[in-house]
Amino acid sequence: MTETPMLETRDLARFFDVSRPPLQRLLAREGKRTLRAVDGVSFSIPKGTTLSLVGESGCGKSTVARLVVGLYSASRGDVRFDGQDLHAARRDPAQRSRMQMIFQDPYASLNPRWRVLDIIAEPIRAFGLVKGDAAQRERVAELLTQVGLSPLDGVKFPHEFSGGQRQRISIARALSSNPEFLVCDEPTSALDVSVQAQILNLMKELQSRLGLTFLFISHNLAVVRQVSDRVGVMYLGRIVEMAPAETLFTSPRHPYTRALMEAIPDLEMSGRQRMPVGGEVPSPIDPPSGCAFHPRCPLANDRCRAERPELKAHALTETACHAVEEGRG
Amino acid sequence: MNSLLEVRNLRVEFPTRRGTLVALDDVSFAIEPGEVLGVVGESGAGKSMTGAAIIGLLEPPGRIAGGQILLEGRRIDNLPYEEMRRIRGRHIGAIFQDPLTTLNPLYTIGRQLVETITTHLPLNPAQARERAIEWLELVGIPAARDRIDAYPHQFSGGMRQRVVIALALCAEPKLIVADEPTTALDVSIQAQVIALLKRLAREKGTAMMLVTHDMGVIAETADRVAVMYAGRVAEIGPVREVVKHAKHPYSSGLMASIPPLDRRVDKLAAIDGSMPRLSAIPQGCAYNPRCPQVMERCRQQRPDLLPAGETRAACWLYAHD
Ligand SMILES: Nc1ncnc2c1ncn2[C@@H]1O[C@H](COP(=O)(O)OP(=O)(O)OP(=O)(O)O)[C@@H](O)[C@H]1O
Ligand SMILES: Nc1ncnc2c1ncn2[C@@H]1O[C@H](COP(=O)(O)OP(=O)(O)OP(=O)(O)O)[C@@H](O)[C@H]1O
Ligand code: SF4
Ligand code: SF4
Ligand SMILES: [Mg+2]
Ligand SMILES: [Mg+2]
Repeated sequence: MTETPMLETRDLARFFDVSRPPLQRLLAREGKRTLRAVDGVSFSIPKGTTLSLVGESGCGKSTVARLVVGLYSASRGDVRFDGQDLHAARRDPAQRSRMQMIFQDPYASLNPRWRVLDIIAEPIRAFGLVKGDAAQRERVAELLTQVGLSPLDGVKFPHEFSGGQRQRISIARALSSNPEFLVCDEPTSALDVSVQAQILNLMKELQSRLGLTFLFISHNLAVVRQVSDRVGVMYLGRIVEMAPAETLFTSPRHPYTRALMEAIPDLEMSGRQRMPVGGEVPSPIDPPSGCAFHPRCPLANDRCRAERPELKAHALTETACHAVEEGRG
Repeated sequence: MNSLLEVRNLRVEFPTRRGTLVALDDVSFAIEPGEVLGVVGESGAGKSMTGAAIIGLLEPPGRIAGGQILLEGRRIDNLPYEEMRRIRGRHIGAIFQDPLTTLNPLYTIGRQLVETITTHLPLNPAQARERAIEWLELVGIPAARDRIDAYPHQFSGGMRQRVVIALALCAEPKLIVADEPTTALDVSIQAQVIALLKRLAREKGTAMMLVTHDMGVIAETADRVAVMYAGRVAEIGPVREVVKHAKHPYSSGLMASIPPLDRRVDKLAAIDGSMPRLSAIPQGCAYNPRCPQVMERCRQQRPDLLPAGETRAACWLYAHD
């Protein structure tokens, strides 16, 4: 028997109503408009491993993150946390304390009126994890040190810190309740590369020592390669390729994944021109028919314009692409 | 001829109950028209603070306690608030690290762009709206015409960041102070935004101070780079030299920490320890407790920027006396 995954999603979807106000809608003679931010995403994350999600800005990564920790309710599909329905799990404080999220925007996620000490200690107190003031202060001091800040910084307020320092405060806060499952939405993009390396090393160390499970979101593909066991590539609300990290980086299959790799900035200053993914970014309100990538895909044909490809396994990789399936990709 | 921007011996202080903190100390650099100066360095080193001082938006109680800032030869660090506000919209465009502070959550994206455009350019509201849609398309917002009436919270993180970029550029300023403009963007949109910024620099002579942690973006966009550490410039020079042959031990430690793209490593290289707090900057060179090449002199005397090959580095290794 295989172990229950830490997290499993099945056909997860979230739609937003983005209709204009009724009067404007009437004048423009348009109906209600629905934005399909996430539209049928299934994956599972085995315990002690890291799954990363990558993909264009606006493709639905943060929406998936919010869905799996229960901050958004699903429009369709479900999420299971350690074998249990997410909503049942969220109602149980003992289960809730096992998951934490680091938000993409550190500014919005820290209460400006609280001292850093109280921000970091909040989950510890909420879940009654460490008893006694002195022990709590000690735990906060340890967390601050782990993220490269000083225990003396605890008395300050968030506005007294730089962007990256605030991000480190939110990382310390997320770690404070000793969660087993952490959703990290762009956790290190505000950090310089040296502090970033320290944080990533810390995450890896916690993973190998305590068996933490991560859902990791980042635009930085070098970082993704360093931390992930598996990587899911999203395009317009769906996963188009899912593979073990090394397989994805050494032999990307889906045309979008390949285009994404071409667009990585060149540090070698070899003069190589970066290739932005060609064509228009599609609108999630009115997505293209068939394969949503077809208007930008060099391999698109009539079938691609008509029929939406489903994720299919080929060796270690799952891809949603007709060309790959037909062996012409 | 004057530089477009010149920062001379800038010092910024924060008076606090626990004593006065010196956040920036003796920071000097210049930017020429059409030039992109990249600014990198440790988180908390003072990059955003430098940008805030230039655009006259230091958060109180922070204040400029010394030095000068000149735009086209004219001092702008001591202007009255109203005058500085006009310069800020028209001549200096600012892209902040935090998109939420720039965007008003109560107004649509379109309204905010149209207001900025009509304030600074001779266009009527209808023309301004068309111009706003053009800018949204230029920064890569899909279906811009359809989504211009959306509110900020209806956009993803990266989309909001692109709106902020459009807001900073739409009045066609001479200088852009960009603080982490592309970190929230995927590599493809990032390439598109960078191409746009470079085109503005080339065609309109727009100069830019580009603060970022992304060395790939620096390598592609910047002409020169300044590396900051603990409120000072540790090294400044041509981009290729600083990225490939850094002279200051902090810069070389930083460059060595860039995660590799072509392979997976068990443990990433990082500089040991952390930057000193502003209230406990060590005597001598601020980097000395972490520096593998520290010498006796480093613990006593603070180095100024010294010529080091093609760059200048604030490090005693380059003293020839
Ligand atoms: N509350 C909301 N109301 C309406 N639309 C929304 C809302 N939240 C997200 N969206 C839309 O859903 C889509 C996906 O957004 P999401 O934030 O998940 O993207 P993302 O992949 O995290 O992007 P980024 O890399 O820019 O952070 C976007 O088109 C966004 O405009
Ligand atoms: N309001 C404040 N009061 C006291 N200190 C402050 C205040 N704002 C910032 N600082 C301190 O000033 C220093 C410089 O901050 P700044 O925001 O310029 O850093 P940065 O180089 O932009 O860092 P990052 O890369 O993390 O954004 C930091 O050490 C920060 O803690
Ligand atoms: S299904 Fe067709 S359009 Fe879509 S990625 Fe594959 S080849 Fe391209
Ligand atoms: S001055 Fe000394 S301590 Fe400072 S960077 Fe140079 S060698 Fe290292
Ligand atoms: Mg996001
Ligand atoms: Mg900053």
